[in-house]
This record gives sequence, C-alpha cells and structure tokens, in this order.
Amino acid sequence: MSAAIEVLDLRKSYGGQEAVAGISLSIEHGEIYAILGPNGAGKTTTVEILEGFRSRDSGSVFVLGSDPGSLGIHGSAWRNRIGIVLQSTSDAAELTVAETVHHFSHYYTKPKDPDSVIELVGLTDKRDAKIRTLSGGQRRRLDVALGIIGAPEILFLDEPTTGFDPEARRAFWELILALKAEGTTILLTTHYLDEAEALADRVAVINAGKIVEIATPETLGGRHLAKATISWSENGATQKKISENPTQDVIEIAARFKGDIPELTITRPSLEDIYLTMIGGKE
Amino acid sequence: MTTFRLGLLRGNIEIKQFMRQRESVIFTLFFPVLLLFIFGSVFKDTIAPGVTFSQYFVAGMIASGLVNSGFQQLAINIPIERDNGALKRLRGTPMSPIAFFIGKAILVFLSMIIQVVMLLAFGALFFHLHLPHSGALWLRFTWLVLLGSACSTVLGIALAGIIKSGRGAPAVVSPFVIVLQFISGVFFVFSSLPSWMQQFSALFPLKWLTQGMRSVFLPANFASQEVAHSWEIGKIALILIAWLVAGTFLAMRSFKWSRQ
Repeated sequence: MSAAIEVLDLRKSYGGQEAVAGISLSIEHGEIYAILGPNGAGKTTTVEILEGFRSRDSGSVFVLGSDPGSLGIHGSAWRNRIGIVLQSTSDAAELTVAETVHHFSHYYTKPKDPDSVIELVGLTDKRDAKIRTLSGGQRRRLDVALGIIGAPEILFLDEPTTGFDPEARRAFWELILALKAEGTTILLTTHYLDEAEALADRVAVINAGKIVEIATPETLGGRHLAKATISWSENGATQKKISENPTQDVIEIAARFKGDIPELTITRPSLEDIYLTMIGGKE
Repeated sequence: MTTFRLGLLRGNIEIKQFMRQRESVIFTLFFPVLLLFIFGSVFKDTIAPGVTFSQYFVAGMIASGLVNSGFQQLAINIPIERDNGALKRLRGTPMSPIAFFIGKAILVFLSMIIQVVMLLAFGALFFHLHLPHSGALWLRFTWLVLLGSACSTVLGIALAGIIKSGRGAPAVVSPFVIVLQFISGVFFVFSSLPSWMQQFSALFPLKWLTQGMRSVFLPANFASQEVAHSWEIGKIALILIAWLVAGTFLAMRSFKWSRQ
C-alpha cells in the first residue's frame, strides 16, 4: 500500500516570496506526523495545499492517491475520506453543538454516530448550547468533532491547541491518541514542542519554507547521541563536565566525596534546545 | 444523500441561523414594513386621480423587498461567512456547492415571501393598496417576484465575491441599495426625477422591477403617467432576464470560499 500522503519538491510563492521552497515528505498510514516550525515558516501553506484549498506552483502532491490540486469531479469522493480542522473559526454561532454535528454527518457517506462523536470530544454537557457560548477550548473540540464526523482516513489538524490551557491541551492530546488507535492518519501542524513530542511518531521541522530535518521526536537533531552535561559543586564553585559516559564519570566524581555529590545534575539537550538551534541557525 | 435533499437540509440550517439573529430578522424582514409606515404616514398626497403616493410607494417597496431579501442579505452575509471560516469549512467537506446554493435560495425565498406578504397586508389594511383584481395581474405579479428574486439573488452572490471583508460589507452594500431606491422610483415618483437620473437608473434592474410592480398595483390608466407612457412589460421581462443571465455568470466567476 502506498503512503497516505506523498509530497515531492513542493513550491509556492506569494508575490516573489517563496513561502514553501521545495518540501518533500512521505506520511505512512496510521502515523501521527507533526510539522513543527515558527510562525510564517510555511506550515499552513503546505497543509492547505494538501487539503486542496490552495494551488501550488510546482512539485507533486498525492493525498490518498489523488492530487488535491486537480480533483475535478472526484473532489466529493476524496473529501469524503479526509477530515479538516482549520485554524481558528467563528462560524455557526447561532446553532447548537448537536445541531451542527448532526447536520455535518449528512455530508458523508459513512459518518460516525454524531452523539458518540460529541461524547468523544467531551461536549455532551454542552450539546444543546449555542456555539457562541462555548469557550475557546470547547470550540476547538467542536472543530475536531466536525473534522472526524465523517470517519476520515486522514485528519488534518492545523495548530489545534493554540490558546488552550495546559489541562485542556492534555485532554486534547488524549483525544488525538484515541483517533490514532482507531487507525486514523493524522497530520498536525504546531509550534508547541511538547505537543509534537507527546503525539508525533515523526516530526518535520520546517523553517523559511524548507525542511530542516525529519526524525522521531527522540532522535531529532541527534538528541539521543548528544553529550550529557554533568554539573556539581566542588571547592565552593560550580563544576561542569561535558561527558560521553556520564555514568562512569559520576562514579569517579562520587569517589571524591564521602556521600552525595553536592548539587549534582546530569542534563541532555531538551527538544526545545535542539529546535531553537535548528530554527535559529541563521540568526 | 442526494444533492437536492442536502440542499433542503442546508435551507433548514440557513433559516435557523437567520431566525436566531434578532438584528438580521428586524433589519431584513421588518425594515421595508417600517419604511412603509413612515413614508405612508408622512406623504398622503394624491399624485394622480385615484392614486395616492402611499400606493405608489407600496409598489416600489415590494420591489425593494426583493432587493432586501436577496441582494442585500447575500452581499452582506456571504463575506461575513467567508471571514469567519464557515465557507472554507464547508468547502472541506464532500457537500456539493450546489446544495449550498440551494440552501441560500431557500432562505432568500422564505424571507422574500414573508416580506411580500407583510407589505401586501399592511399596504391593503392601512394605505389603500388595491390588490390585483384579475388572474392575469396575479400571474404578472408572480413572474415579476420570481424573476426579480432570482436576479437579486445572483447579483447578491456576485457582489459578495468582490467585497473584500465581512466587516466592510454593510458599508458598501447598504448605501448602494439606498441610492438605487432613490433613483429607481421607490422613494420619489420616477417621472418627477431629472431625465439623466432616469436614464442612469434604467441601467439597473430595480427601476424595471418597480415599474412592473406599479403595473400590477396601480390603475391601468396610470400607465399614461409613466415616462414611456406605457408599462413596457415586455421590455421589463427582457431586461430582468438579461440581468439574471449576466448575474449568474458574474456570480460563478466571483464566488470565493475563503479569503486568500
């Protein structure tokens, strides 16, 4: 079976400015794939080309075997198999949650049960509330409900948790992992590192329209190979040692002390350190 | 589900959203009746033997009601729905665009019926509006309403495609409609307007629609008071059809699902 999403040398310019400058990626069925990058890196442009909302200048794109840029009369059948959660929306303010989810279920040939989708996104208490009365996080969960009501094979999530409090974000992550467990392929854009780390099987870091690296969150930027920094207090000063064998080194240092090594820490670069190095390379 | 059934469901959703916004209900549905009360109460003069200004005005207001329910409503609401992401969300689903437009047409049709019935009822009750007294006049009234609404709808969609932002839409559309009403013989007796204004307004469909409505609601001999000394029914039909065709073409060209 071919990849769920296949992109080769994708390019798109706006007024001479290259927003997407040659992106290639391949996303497997059932994978959660995160596109990570700062604002204006080209994340949304890339995803909107894959969703069929924007045209491209060059490159090839296949989503579920079809080119979203030339769907023609097959557009409806193709859209029946994908789900899209756009960046912030404020539509349908006067409808209730239940009305909206039930209505959208009619668009698809094999929708999920609307009431269980409302349950899944945790809006059962709000099912009869007007959408304009929902909080930002509740609105976003409704967006996801509308994105998954058609039981999509691929779900696109564009910066899904922007503006969430930490608790709402955790709840949202569980929802996304539950969808993955059902076999949904998920393409996620985010500028939150912890989100990519918690959810993604693979991460593509993009900056200025180009892919900087594609890796698992654990190995991004050679993080797993990076040397550890040992830090402790000795002779009234903070000592530091960059180490390839921190366990051995700590044993040696410990030998110099009778008990605990004072103020001992062993750190490896966090995903954030790696990421900032990657996107800040030009500064 | 067939596109047609989906269109009916869209119509249901459109009506729910419309009816739950009190401002839009008042502005769109009751505004023409309110204007009728004000103008009808202020101007009680007779403009020809047996014809009061308020009768003349009701005919024009019914034509304006069609502009309100189609053109004005769509040219304001579609840009708002484009800005708030509603259209883009729909575009990302398998729903056929045809179902979307069926839904809009249902909303326009319903608000048009409500307005026309209210104007006829209030006009007949308070302002001596004579309802058409022959089957032939009712038939003419029906095709004028249907053709006028269709024109109004496609031109509203066409203008919506040109308007850049939802927030600015009312500021573009409302003055345009008001000016059109002033120069097309709604607020003033058309034959009393300067001839350059008459000729300019003849470029737009509202002038022809109001003239058609006068032919339905005013005595037959009032035709001699018209600028052309005739109702020009055939010409009205032709011009409205031409606008319908041009408007459909423009609407298909200009419609956009999202701000780009």
